[in-house]
Amino acid sequence: MINQNSKILLEVRGLHASVNGIEILKGVDLTVKCGEIHAIMGLNGSGKSTFAKILAGHPAYEVTAGAIIFNEQNLFDLEPEERARAGVFLAFQYPIEIPGVANNQFLRLAYNTIQSQRGKEELDPLEFDDFIRDKMKLLEMNPDFLDRSVNEGFSGGEKKRNEILQMALLEPKLAILDETDSGLDIDALRIVANGVNQLTNKDNATILVTHYQRLLDYIVPDYVHVMEAGRIIKTSGKELAKELETHGYDWINAEKSFNKTGVRL
Amino acid sequence: MSTVTNAAGYLENLVQSWRRPPAASLFWLDQLRAHAMNSVGTLRMPTTHDEEWRFTDISPLGRLPYPAARAAPKTQFSDISHYYLEEAIYRLVFVDGQFAPDLSNVANKADAIIGNLSSLITTHGDTIARYLGQLAELQNDIFTALNTAFLHDSACIIIPQNVSVTTPIHLLFISRQKEITSYPRCLVIAESGSNVTIVEDYVTTEQAAYVINSVVEMSLSDTAHVNHIRIQRDNQQAFHIGNCTVALAHASQYRSVSITLGAHISRYNLNVALAGEGAECTVDGLALISGHQLADTHTFIDHAKPHGKSRQLHKCIVDGIAHGVFNGRIMVRPHAQLTDSSQLSRNLLMTNKARIDTKPQLEIFADDVKCAHGATVGQLDKEEIFYLMSRGLSDLTARNLLTYAFGGEVIDRIAIPSLKKQLEEIILARTQIS
Repeated sequence: MINQNSKILLEVRGLHASVNGIEILKGVDLTVKCGEIHAIMGLNGSGKSTFAKILAGHPAYEVTAGAIIFNEQNLFDLEPEERARAGVFLAFQYPIEIPGVANNQFLRLAYNTIQSQRGKEELDPLEFDDFIRDKMKLLEMNPDFLDRSVNEGFSGGEKKRNEILQMALLEPKLAILDETDSGLDIDALRIVANGVNQLTNKDNATILVTHYQRLLDYIVPDYVHVMEAGRIIKTSGKELAKELETHGYDWINAEKSFNKTGVRL
Repeated sequence: MSTVTNAAGYLENLVQSWRRPPAASLFWLDQLRAHAMNSVGTLRMPTTHDEEWRFTDISPLGRLPYPAARAAPKTQFSDISHYYLEEAIYRLVFVDGQFAPDLSNVANKADAIIGNLSSLITTHGDTIARYLGQLAELQNDIFTALNTAFLHDSACIIIPQNVSVTTPIHLLFISRQKEITSYPRCLVIAESGSNVTIVEDYVTTEQAAYVINSVVEMSLSDTAHVNHIRIQRDNQQAFHIGNCTVALAHASQYRSVSITLGAHISRYNLNVALAGEGAECTVDGLALISGHQLADTHTFIDHAKPHGKSRQLHKCIVDGIAHGVFNGRIMVRPHAQLTDSSQLSRNLLMTNKARIDTKPQLEIFADDVKCAHGATVGQLDKEEIFYLMSRGLSDLTARNLLTYAFGGEVIDRIAIPSLKKQLEEIILARTQIS
């Protein structure tokens, strides 16, 4: 929900980043205010997943220029776990499987770490069990998933639900959902989207990174950005996603050329 | 060459501490000891020039010719009760290799014969004579020969035909004296159709150097099931050489989990002979070592008959400048068709000074078999660490959790809750230090 008086939560200016010496991001600018939902769309390789991982502090990417201010803090001063504690959350495109670590053990550890950071009460295993089962209902998840190893043997849809479950637990200020719709059938998509919608409010913000418009039927964005070759090349309202779906990404390039030359190619 | 001199001196010193056994003992037992002492005379201490000892330099042992243990110090229940397993009704406690009847709970009845050699030899002498010293390699292994030459007390377990002992039998070997060598010994005879779980547990109350040279022999008759859990938690000055030989008859099953946590230098040789058709074994191991420790596990699974099955998972977690060694030899003999065998060695290096030598060694002489093996050596997965950190866990907590989980896979295979809990606590404490 756009409210011009809302506080700015995330301010990205001229962000350049590379991996293994190859420049992926070439000057990204983005402003996100509290209460807003942003969608970043683009073809594979446009840099949108890289951008998502950099926000979370993935060590494989090197930031070579630019600034990110998150909630009045320099994001680059914060390690990945400090970002998480400060309220940044990344739902992974490919959630990692961790054999041998029970899901409930992992979830409780993460929850209590964040709680203690916020000066709130930690939960013992019994209290946590009640709490988490309640949250799982939101995502129509079977409680059996608590006793299994983190993501091990989960289907694609189950992994994504487990990601949103973590989002529900950690209550981030800024949630970045990286291709959360990929690999989901329509029922799972509806459940996941419904979960996200219940978690958004006027004090937090969400960035949806997606290739397809499909997710945006369920989670309606306030802004749609198109990323190409490491930059945001177009920003508009939610209707942009529809146009992309109808005309394809080439349409933007055609439109750009039109703007430059005054002649539709 | 100084190693050889040392080693020779070591043996001489050990032999000098050998005492003639009490005159009342049985002729065959005297003969066995004397025979073993003869073997000692023909063998020498291994060095790193021997293929089987290539990665494990035991020359420091040559400087510690510790005599056989003197009379064991008085040990109170309260000294060791925290090691007791609540599930175990039968317990044999040995202090420096010597049987402690006051701390033990023996049985000599129709459905379980569990006790020390000296008493069971009077009631089950013939059975014991058929097996004791017959499975272990007296001729070729200096440590087995020494143990047998010094053989005095021994855990003896005979499970009669078709008897299932539902509670685990706890063999607790406690080291109390410094600068001695103790010779723990164990014989397990599982008659046909029987079922038993045995926990072989090495602990200490001291923080000074000692040497343990242990020998275990297990015989499984047709369709017998033996679960064998071996825990080595000596202190970090100790030397521990362990030998275990298991013979499996037709359709019998042997499952073992061995956990190595202690000792400055340790070596465990586990030899499993699938000597009957359709015999199966599962041989799992975990070594969790740090500092200057060296832990060497050599296993030999011998598929001698058709339709055998073996499964093996061995893991090492090596921290500090410690050194883990695994040699997993699997032989499939010419007639052992339709053998199904798989082996996996997985290793985690916690520092750039830690070292692992892992060697799968498959020798296959039959043509219709399924044998898989694999080995991995690595550090913790960076993506897994990042995933945990992105949920607020510190780098250290993430690493500890992943290390704990890596070891947990083996601990999970121990089906005794109280022991599992003890081990989980040890491993949790260890993984928090690093």
